[in-house]
Amino acid sequence: MRSLKLLPLVMLLASSALAQGPTYGIGTTPTAEDIRAWDISISPSGEELPPGSGTVEEGALVYRRTGCAGCHGAAGIDGRAPRLVKRDAEPGTDPWNLGRILPIRAPYATVVWDYINRGMPLNREGTLTADQVYALTAYLLNLNDVIPDDAVMDAQSLPQVEMPNRDAWAALPDWKPGMPRLPGYPH
Amino acid sequence: MGATRPDRRGFLKGSAALAGGLTLGATEPAFGQLPNPETYVKGTDELIAYGERSGFVTSVRVPHPPGSQASPDAFGKVFHVAAPLQDSVGMITPSSLHFIGTTRGSFVPEIDPREHRLMIHGLVDRPLTFTMQDLRRLPSVTRPHFIECAGNRSRSSHKTVQETHGMTSCAEWTGVLLSTLLKEAGVKDAGKWIVAEGVEEVKGASSIPMEKAMDDCLVAYGMNGEAVRPQNGFPLRLLVPGFEGIFNSKYLRRVKVVDRYYMTYNDYGHLNREPDRAALGYQIGPKSVITFPSAGQQLPGRGFYEISGLAWSGGGAVGKVEVSTDGGRRWMDAEIQGTAHRMAHTRFRYQWNWDGQETELLSRCTDEIGQVQPTRAQVAEFFNRPGVPGQDNSIQPWRIASDGSVHNAIS
Repeated sequence: MRSLKLLPLVMLLASSALAQGPTYGIGTTPTAEDIRAWDISISPSGEELPPGSGTVEEGALVYRRTGCAGCHGAAGIDGRAPRLVKRDAEPGTDPWNLGRILPIRAPYATVVWDYINRGMPLNREGTLTADQVYALTAYLLNLNDVIPDDAVMDAQSLPQVEMPNRDAWAALPDWKPGMPRLPGYPH
Repeated sequence: MGATRPDRRGFLKGSAALAGGLTLGATEPAFGQLPNPETYVKGTDELIAYGERSGFVTSVRVPHPPGSQASPDAFGKVFHVAAPLQDSVGMITPSSLHFIGTTRGSFVPEIDPREHRLMIHGLVDRPLTFTMQDLRRLPSVTRPHFIECAGNRSRSSHKTVQETHGMTSCAEWTGVLLSTLLKEAGVKDAGKWIVAEGVEEVKGASSIPMEKAMDDCLVAYGMNGEAVRPQNGFPLRLLVPGFEGIFNSKYLRRVKVVDRYYMTYNDYGHLNREPDRAALGYQIGPKSVITFPSAGQQLPGRGFYEISGLAWSGGGAVGKVEVSTDGGRRWMDAEIQGTAHRMAHTRFRYQWNWDGQETELLSRCTDEIGQVQPTRAQVAEFFNRPGVPGQDNSIQPWRIASDGSVHNAIS
């Protein structure tokens, strides 16, 4: 009986002492390999990029051999899937006026790599090797005049690519609970 | 005859009053008998196990936007599909009529819940993997929340409220608060954002601020009293109340705690160079629409009608809904049905006597933080340029013609 009376006090002490610890102890700990197998997020600075590399030339080959051309067109401009090459424009044209085209509008080259890796080719997602994804990224960035013909894309070079929109986009508002959608806008 | 039984006599009086001017046919049944329905639906094992609506109820979803790619397409892929709000009553969208949005055309993944896992990792003290059974053991909440697609934009060519507003729906969601799971894993100080990702073929993922993740995000396994439907993310989806639809990752498999905005492909889809446009495509604004009467419907004649509609806001609960029955000259408070919940559709009603003259019906939502639904003219005036930037929450006018037909009055 005495121990039961003390129970609430014991629980209170335990919960405050363990404030930083798990409350319920439910769930299991994934291994480093479990995490690596699932973690396909690539940050703008590319620290999750896997080993491997690819050239523009290799990318052109992969583009033809893995069926990209079937949906995006032989030149990346005339398929039924989204266009991959910027529209003709004078040098120095605002990149926002070149179309909603991933390998030119994306602020970071990692976005291009990440999307090819997670979402392409349609119905065969996840079948490309890291080398193939690097090569395709190199090919598409080269078609859009972002990188030179002899560029090699790998975990070190890809995050260094200077995309035209690198700083030309607006950050989302610093969200806080209860805030309006746009400060100063009554609607 | 049961006339000797007082309770039965009372019932007969009542039914006679209800029957009003109805006359009985030549084959008059025995006194007090209601005519039998002409047909029956025989019970089947399937109907006993899981019910079906009446064959006379034909309300259906349609591909969105009108005239776009069919869903399903020739391969069975599903694109965007809009809910039939013109037939809606109350605040809940039936699961089978809930709108569908997809990152791109997709097959609905068939996921065995026994095999499904949710992993929390990244900038946490203890990476954790949860089975569906694990999640069912944790403290749960049940909350009504709307989800609205950013493409829910009324255009003058749209013929019904399903076309103008059908890419929003509201369900009662049950699950574990994401904050519960994040606390269990222990978020490190550097963890300022999460990336929430699904397991479907494109593995859609969005960056969400930690403030939001810890505030009210919900990892849902339940929808309207049963398991989440496959088209809406079975067995597990994320609810990000009040944020644009794409943040609400379906088939949720992974939450990675990160130190910055990760610029996922979904995030890239929000990319905008102007801060105001970026903000307006993020949190849903105060919005409402009259669902009855609405475009495509027909009023049989002058007289009494209960105007009914839905209001919602990403800023919190609906605070007030006003209705105008004269094209916006005068505004009257509508009645709010029950309690207005945070980030949930809220049913409003207004009693109206139509005099048979042509007019316009409008509704206007004000949310609990004071944001007011604008007219399209007010938006254009504020930004000094035509159009409604970001998520379109402008007031929807319905024109009632003198013949009782109802039309979209957006010019």
